Amino acid sequence: MFFEDRALDTSPKVSDEVRKTTCYMCACRCGINVHMKDGKVAYIEGNRDHPVNKGVLCAKGSSGIMQVNAPSRLRAPMKRTGPRGSGEFEEISWDEALSIATLWLEPIRKSSPEKLAFFTGRDQSQSFTSFWAQNFGTPNYAAHGGFCSVNMATAGIYTMGGAFWEFGQPDWDRTKLFMIFGVAEDHDSNPIKMGLGKLKARGGKVIGVNPIRSGYNAIADEWVGITPGTDGLFISALIHLLLKAGKIDLKYLANFTNAPCLLNETPGSPDNGLLLRDSDGKPLVVDRTTGTLTPFDEPGVKPNLAASVEMDGVTHRTVFQHLAERFLSEDYSPEAVGERCGVSAGRIKSIAAELARVAFEEAFELDQPWTDFRGKRHETMTGRPVSFHAMRGISAHSNGFQTCRTLHVLQILLGTVEVPGGFRFKPPYPKPVEAHPTPHCHSKPDCPLDGPHLGFVRGPADLAFKEDGSPARIDKAFTWENPLSAHGLMHMVISNAHAGDPYKIDTLFLYMANMAWNSSMNTRGVMEMLTDKDENGDYVIPRIIYSDAYSSEMVAYADLILPDTTYLERHDCISLLDRPICEAEAAADAIRWPVVEPDRDVRGFQSVLIDLGARLGLPGFIDENGEARYEDYADYIVNHQRRPGIGPLAGFRGDGTKTGRGDINPDQLEKYIENGSFFVEHVPDEAAFYKPWNRAYQDWAVGLGFYDKPQPYLFQLYVEPLRRLQLAAEGHGERQPPDHLRQQILECLDPLPTWYPVLEETVVDPEQYPVHALTQRPMAMYHSWGSQNAWLRQIHGRNPLYVPTKIWQQHGFEDGDWAQVTSIHGQITVPVAHMAGLNENTVWTWNAIGKRKGAWALEDDAPEATKGFLLNHLIHELLPSKGDGMRWANSDPITGQAAWFDLRVRIEKVTAPEESQPVFGALKSPVGEGPAVVRQKVSK
Amino acid sequence: MTQLPETSEKKLGLVIDLDTCVGCHACVTACKGWNTENYGAPLSDMDAYGSNPSGTFLNRVHSYEVEPRAGGCSQTVHFPKSCLHCDDAPCVTVCPTGASYKRQEDGIVLVEEDACIGCGLCAWACPYGARELDLAAGVMKKCTLCVDRIYNENLPEEDRIPACVRTCPAGARHFGDLGDPSSEVSMLVAERGGFDLMPEQGTQPTNKYLPPRPKDQLPDMDVLSPALEPVAGEPKGFLKWLDKALEAI
Repeated sequence: MFFEDRALDTSPKVSDEVRKTTCYMCACRCGINVHMKDGKVAYIEGNRDHPVNKGVLCAKGSSGIMQVNAPSRLRAPMKRTGPRGSGEFEEISWDEALSIATLWLEPIRKSSPEKLAFFTGRDQSQSFTSFWAQNFGTPNYAAHGGFCSVNMATAGIYTMGGAFWEFGQPDWDRTKLFMIFGVAEDHDSNPIKMGLGKLKARGGKVIGVNPIRSGYNAIADEWVGITPGTDGLFISALIHLLLKAGKIDLKYLANFTNAPCLLNETPGSPDNGLLLRDSDGKPLVVDRTTGTLTPFDEPGVKPNLAASVEMDGVTHRTVFQHLAERFLSEDYSPEAVGERCGVSAGRIKSIAAELARVAFEEAFELDQPWTDFRGKRHETMTGRPVSFHAMRGISAHSNGFQTCRTLHVLQILLGTVEVPGGFRFKPPYPKPVEAHPTPHCHSKPDCPLDGPHLGFVRGPADLAFKEDGSPARIDKAFTWENPLSAHGLMHMVISNAHAGDPYKIDTLFLYMANMAWNSSMNTRGVMEMLTDKDENGDYVIPRIIYSDAYSSEMVAYADLILPDTTYLERHDCISLLDRPICEAEAAADAIRWPVVEPDRDVRGFQSVLIDLGARLGLPGFIDENGEARYEDYADYIVNHQRRPGIGPLAGFRGDGTKTGRGDINPDQLEKYIENGSFFVEHVPDEAAFYKPWNRAYQDWAVGLGFYDKPQPYLFQLYVEPLRRLQLAAEGHGERQPPDHLRQQILECLDPLPTWYPVLEETVVDPEQYPVHALTQRPMAMYHSWGSQNAWLRQIHGRNPLYVPTKIWQQHGFEDGDWAQVTSIHGQITVPVAHMAGLNENTVWTWNAIGKRKGAWALEDDAPEATKGFLLNHLIHELLPSKGDGMRWANSDPITGQAAWFDLRVRIEKVTAPEESQPVFGALKSPVGEGPAVVRQKVSK
Repeated sequence: MTQLPETSEKKLGLVIDLDTCVGCHACVTACKGWNTENYGAPLSDMDAYGSNPSGTFLNRVHSYEVEPRAGGCSQTVHFPKSCLHCDDAPCVTVCPTGASYKRQEDGIVLVEEDACIGCGLCAWACPYGARELDLAAGVMKKCTLCVDRIYNENLPEEDRIPACVRTCPAGARHFGDLGDPSSEVSMLVAERGGFDLMPEQGTQPTNKYLPPRPKDQLPDMDVLSPALEPVAGEPKGFLKWLDKALEAI
C-alpha cells in the first residue's frame, strides 16, 4: 500500500456550538470554550480572550469533561437511613429536603441563631454565602481560608494592603528575577506557568525556595531546599545583608511606607510602641527640610527615616530605626541561621547579592508620568525588576504569619512592590486594613447579624467575645488565641462543636468541604466526633446538612444531603465583592452559566440557599410582602445590590454601558455570555503602578466602586494593631487576655516581623521525631475532587512517601518498600519512593490522593484506597499536652491558620502490609461504582 | 511492509523546551480530550474507576531526577513524549497491512485505523514507546500531530496547531516546519542547541528537544562581594550612613 492513496478528512466539523464559561476544576477560574455536539459537551479548551488564561488550560481544565460525566455525581437529595458514617441513604424530593432543612433551621433562628454553624469549603461565592449567614443571624460562618492560606492573605493585607495570588502578581512582562517560596504547584495555576514561560523566554532567572524540587522548583535556575518552617529566618538573613549593605530603596521607604513614622518609646506607658499622631489621628513624620513634625501626607513633605524626637519627655524614633536595629542584629546573620535553615551562609549571601544586583543595577525608568497622593508629579516610573511569590508552603506553619510578613517587608525594602518589574496588585486591591470591615459577631434571636462576620481587627475592642467574655464564635476566631483570624478556623469547628466548647450547636451545615477525610486534621478523630453519641443515645452534634456535587467521604456523615450541580450546569459569579479574577492591568469579573442542564435531580447550592432563605423568611431573601425576593441565584446575581448601584457583577450595568456603578440591568447575564462570560475594565496607563499612592489609580478605583473616596495609605513595616494587642497583654486597657496567653501574645504578635520556631517544635522532642513531613498538591489534581477523574487518576492515582537520599540509605530502603511513619499523634504505614531533590530531613507526599473505600464511585480495590494515604492522620488540631492543664491549638497564634506543615515524624522500614494503614471500613456508595470501560466520544 | 516516502515536502513536528516544562500534564489531557473526540476510535480507559486503570494516551509526561556528574543538587526533568514523526520511521516499515504510513506532504506519521489489525508490531518497532494499542478498539493509536486541527478550516487560523501546543501554559511546546531552516522552530533549535532523542537509533526524529539550561550556577559566596559590602562597621555608623544617604535623595 502506498501513502498517496489515503483518504483523510483534515477539516472535520469541530462542534455545533461553542459555549464560553468559567472553569472550576481548581480555584484559578480560567475562561473555557466548551464545544458542544448534539447538545453534549464534546471538548473543552481555554478561551484565548480571557484575562486569566489567555487560551491555555491546565491538565485539570482539559479533563473537565470527565468531571461533568463523573459516575460519582450525586443524583438526588438524600435522607440518612443508616447510622452516620455508614453511607446508607434514601433519595427524597427537593420539597421534602427543603422542608426538613426549614424544620431544623427555623426554630434555631427564632431562639438562638448561633446554634447553626455554616461553613463553606472551596466556595467561590463567599460574598453570597456570608450574606445568607448574616441574614440568618449566626456568627458562625467562614469558608476554608483558615486551613488554607489565611497567613498569607492576612499578613499581606496588614503589611501592604494585599498579598499574592488573588491579590497580585509579578510584572511578568518586565521582571528579571523571580523568587518563589513554598508554592504547592497551584495558586495560581496557569498564570504562574504562563509567567514562568515568559520570563524564561526573555532569559530571566527563577530562584525556587522549597524543600522539594518538583514542579516550578524543577525549572528554577537556583533551588534552595530549605528546612520547613525556617523560611522566615532565611528571609531575615537576606534582609540583614541588604540592610547592612545599604541595598534598600530609601526614597521608596521614606515616601510610601510607615518607616519614617515615629514610635513612642516609654516603657510601661499605655502608648509605648504606638505611632505619634496629630489630633486628626494622622501619623506624623519629621520633615527633613523644616525639621518639624508634619502629617505624613502633607504636600511637599520629605519624611526623615533617621529622625528622633523628644516630646514632653518622651522619646520617639522612627519605625525604620527599630526595624534596622532588629535586622542588623547578628542573630540574623547568615552564619547564625544557615545551619537551622539547611542553607549555607555562602548561598544566602549569593542570593542576597543577586537580589541587590537586579533590584538596583538593573533598575530602569518607564516613560510614564504620574502624580502621587501628596500632589507631586513624577515624570517617570522607576522599575526594580525583582518579584516574589509565595503560598501555603510558608503560610501553613504556626510561624507563618510572621514569615509572610517578613517576605512582604523584604519586597518593600527593595522598593519592588507596585513598581514596574516588581510585584503588582490586582484591582480591587490594594486595600488597606482601614478599607476592610471589622469582625461582627453579635447575634440575637430572629434577627440578622450586626455586620459581616469576617474582618480585620484593629485592636482588642474588635475581638469577638460575648458579653460574658466567652468566645462568640464556635471556632473561637478573633479571640486571644488567634486574634487576627480573618478567615475563621474551619478546622476547629467540628472539634469545638463536639466538645461543646465554647458552646453546643444544633446544626452543622457544610458546603464543598470534605471534613470527614482530607480537609481535616486528625481524620479518624473527626469521624468519631461526627458519629459520637451522648448518654441519651443522640448524636453529640445533633444535625448535619451537607451539600456537594460528588459522593465524597463527607457525604456519609451527614443527615441530609443537598446535591449540587457540576460546574458546567450552574450559574455562578466570580465577583469583585468576593475573590475576583482581576489582572494587574485590569479589573475583571466573570460568570458561569448552565452550558448543559443537569440530567439528575440536583440544584446549584446557591439557588438552594436562596430558596431556603425565603422559606426561613430571612430579610435579604424576602420582599415587603414576605414573598421570595429572588427566583434563583441567577436572579440574585443580576438584581442584588450591596450598595446602591453596586452589585455582584461590575460589567454591563444600567443600559449595558455602565461599569462598576450603575442600575440593575435585566440583560446583564446575556451580555456576559455574549462577551465570553467575563468582563474586563483596563487600568489607565497613568494608574498602572504605585496604586496605593497614585492619584489616577485612586480616582479610577472610586469610579468603579471599590471604595467611596480615595484612600491612599502607607505600607506598614510596623503593624500597630499587633502592638495594641500586645499592650493588652502587658496589662493595659479593659479587655484583657487570660494570663496563660500573655506570654504568647508578647512573643508572637510582634509589630515588627520576627521569627520563632514553629510551635510543634516546642512540645515535640526533635530527637524522637527528627523528620519533617509535608504534602504538596500536584498540578494535575486539585484537592480531593480530581482523584476520581478517570483521566487524572491515571496521572496521579498513587502517592508514595518520597524519602530523601540520606534517610533512604540510613534505613536501607529499596524500591517497593514500605515505612511506618509515626508522629506524636498517630501512625501510618505507607509505600515509599526515593527522591534526591529533597531537603535531607524532609519526607513528603501528594495531598488528597488517598481515598476511603466506597467514596467517589471508585471500586474498593482502587489504588487510591489500598495504596493511597493521608498524612492527615498524623496531624492533630491540638498540640500535645504541655502538662499545664490546657490543650493549645495546632495553629498560628496570630491568625489561627492550621499548621499543617509543622508536622514532625519518625520513619521505620516495615514489612509491606496488604494495604496502607490505617484502613477504614468501606462506605456504602450512594451512587454505586463507575463503569469498567470509558470510551468518551460524543460524535458517532 | 509499508514504504516510506523518500522525502517529505515539509517536516512538521514539535519542539519541546525541557527548560520550561513544569510537568503539569496539561498537554497530556488536552491531547486526550481532542483525540478521543476526533481522529478515529475514542481513546479508551479500561478499568476506569478500578484497581488498575489503563487508558490510551498519545502523549505522556515522565519525570526523572538527574544527579549531575560534577556533583551538586539533584535536578528534576519533566519529559513529555509522543510520536516524534521520524524520517526513517521503523513503525511504518514494519507494518504488515500498510495501516501505518508517513505522509509525503508534511511528514506526519499516521495509522489508518480501518486497515490496522492491532498486531502491535509497530509498537515493538518504535524505540520510543510512542504508540499505544487501544484495548477497547483493538487498533493502534498514536500522535497525529492533530492533523485534523492543523489544516482544519472550521477552526480559526490561530487554533490550527496541535491541541498540546495550544494548551501548554508554560509555552514549552512549539509547532512548525523543521524542514525549513528559516522557520521559528528551526531557529529555536539552532539557538538553543535542540537535540534528537536517541539519535543512535537512526530513526531521524522530526521532533526536537531543547535542553534544560544549567542550574544552580550562582557560586556560594565565601567573602562578601562588593555588592554586599557593609556601609558601616557599627550600628551608630549605620545611622550616619543613613543620614548621608537621605541627604542625597
